[in-house]
Amino acid sequence: MSPLVLVFISPLIGSAVLAFMGHHRNGRDINVAFSFLTFLASTFLTARVVAHGPMFALDKQFFIDSLNVFLVTLTALIGFTTSIFSRPYMRIEEERGKMTPNRMRLYFSMYQLFNGCMLLALTTNNMGILWVAMEAATLTTVLLVSVYRTPASLEAAWKYFILCGVGIAQALFGTILLYMAAQRVIGHGLNPLLWTNLNASKGHLNPVIMSLAFVFLLVGYGTKVGLAPLHNWLPDAHAEGPTPISAVLSGLLLNVALYAVIRCKVLTDGALRNHFAGHLMIGFGLLSVLVAAFSLLRQKDIKRMFSYSSIEHMGLMTFAFGIGGPIANFAGLLHMTVHALTKSAIFYAVGHAAQKAGSQMMDQIRGLIKISPTVGWGLMMGTLAILGMPPFGVFASEFLILTSAMRQLPWATPLLLLGLGVAFGAIFSRVQPMVFGETTVKRLPHPPALLPVFVHLGLALMLGLYIPTYLNTWFLQAARIIGG
Amino acid sequence: MTELSIQLVNLFASFLLMLAFAMLAQRRVLTLINLYSLQGLTVVAATTVVAHMTHQEHLYYSAVLTLILKVFLIPWILHRLVKRLNVRWDVETLINIPSTMLVGIVLVVFAFNLALPISRLSSSVVPGTLGIALACVLLSFMMMIMRTKALPQVIGFLAMENALFFAATSATYGMPMVVELGIALDVLVGVFILGVFLFQIREQFESLDISHLENLKED
Repeated sequence: MSPLVLVFISPLIGSAVLAFMGHHRNGRDINVAFSFLTFLASTFLTARVVAHGPMFALDKQFFIDSLNVFLVTLTALIGFTTSIFSRPYMRIEEERGKMTPNRMRLYFSMYQLFNGCMLLALTTNNMGILWVAMEAATLTTVLLVSVYRTPASLEAAWKYFILCGVGIAQALFGTILLYMAAQRVIGHGLNPLLWTNLNASKGHLNPVIMSLAFVFLLVGYGTKVGLAPLHNWLPDAHAEGPTPISAVLSGLLLNVALYAVIRCKVLTDGALRNHFAGHLMIGFGLLSVLVAAFSLLRQKDIKRMFSYSSIEHMGLMTFAFGIGGPIANFAGLLHMTVHALTKSAIFYAVGHAAQKAGSQMMDQIRGLIKISPTVGWGLMMGTLAILGMPPFGVFASEFLILTSAMRQLPWATPLLLLGLGVAFGAIFSRVQPMVFGETTVKRLPHPPALLPVFVHLGLALMLGLYIPTYLNTWFLQAARIIGG
Repeated sequence: MTELSIQLVNLFASFLLMLAFAMLAQRRVLTLINLYSLQGLTVVAATTVVAHMTHQEHLYYSAVLTLILKVFLIPWILHRLVKRLNVRWDVETLINIPSTMLVGIVLVVFAFNLALPISRLSSSVVPGTLGIALACVLLSFMMMIMRTKALPQVIGFLAMENALFFAATSATYGMPMVVELGIALDVLVGVFILGVFLFQIREQFESLDISHLENLKED
């Protein structure tokens, strides 16, 4: 069986099995097992792409190239580590009465299905299926966000559903326009919705239709990326759902939505032969960085604070891809990778910290370092990493983004620096007393899963110091695909 | 023959636009559901005419799928929801219908202008319909913003999906079958989830008024 097929089959079977077994004592182990299987399949897939180059599967409906293969691996890896983190976390939530057996089944089943949807969105070659997978991912995460059934979580899920539903409807209209432009160019016998076919004849796509299509696609998928001013759903959904879900929302869903935008940008650039798409992305990106940075100042809830930090970083990536060119694209791809790793690590640490304190309010979490040094250090290191301190990977990618901004858009650099500076002050001044300071927190009934935190931070550290050759090659190839 | 078909599609398109305005001004939930089902029926009729005109066989299938899903199944689910939630006779207080209508007209003009350059280029047999479809999308969007109750918001969402389906049919003769099946599945699952949500929202807030859902704020 081809590893590509296994990459989807594993979460799908996992979802079905866990729909019946999720409440069982072994449910969380089964969840880890299926996620591990998916991860294993994705590494085989990666090995094959590294060895043989881009590949098609199933009548060209699936397509793997350097741009999506590293995202597939990243998605499977974070899916796997988050499933490890879910084990003790959800167990504690269950013992505290926040989860019933039925909710556990729903949680695990939807967790696997969500992973499957993400992987489908990444590997499909069909722009229509990409839309379907993104919408399905929204549906699964809506159920995950509302899993506690509290008024706040219901409100967050409703907002999420309505806002993302409207957003994704704009993306569907964009896809229809894309299809319309393609039909006029791509002959019979070829499927006009396949990205590879579109890419081959992008120079002939009608520029008028494509520019309108890109606006709709950017607004639509941009809602899911969390770009300002369409970001309102994001902090609520992150704060009110279970913490493992916050980790995968920040680490995976936002990345995959940005990936969809990038695929559309490649086509639009080819059709328009100007910088229209890039300018739009620069504008949205810059606005998101600034809006998020200043919103950070007002936060009291720890998960809300880090979700605004996600908006800031997604804005930074969108900005980088908007600038385009090999260096900025490289920086954007690197930032996607390190942000996903670091932010999910932070959420793991935050999850346990909030469980210890019994609250997500930052002024009630104090002195983590005294009662459990590992959680405290994990949170501190993660925070330093996400704020762009060397030697972590975020420093390298932010440095590259800033230097390419300085070269190509000098006026934007002070704005970016302002955003990053404000974010630094806002986050660091709040995390510092949470980690150090007088303690009030209690011990957890089960040992927290801290291995994922340090694995992720270790990877982010490694990427800051040294990027392996094959990863470097992928990033360079992917940067070339994105072009601009 | 073709001339007649084009006229028919245009007629259905304008009918859709009229229904979008009717939904915008409708206060009663039950009538809203009936309007939604009528909208579905119009889309089905338009799809069938386009299928006949262009001899695209797969459009017949999507017409049948739409008929089952959007004319019978989803309205039936909505009717059941209304019955079980006991909001059958709910009347919403809509502020200032005339000005809502005026804003709606502005939206239609905007949509037509946006779609104009594309309609001129369109190789489709019915060039004007894309503007109408976009106008319907925007009107449904506006309906979702204006409503304070959960159920009309859901119906606005579904109406938007109908308009998008009509855009796909009239501008591109329908998306490939596999995509259309995927979209239909997403919509159906979405309605189920929203239905479950409505019960939970009412259980938690003792009302289906969305204005209760405003506790999550920045501070």
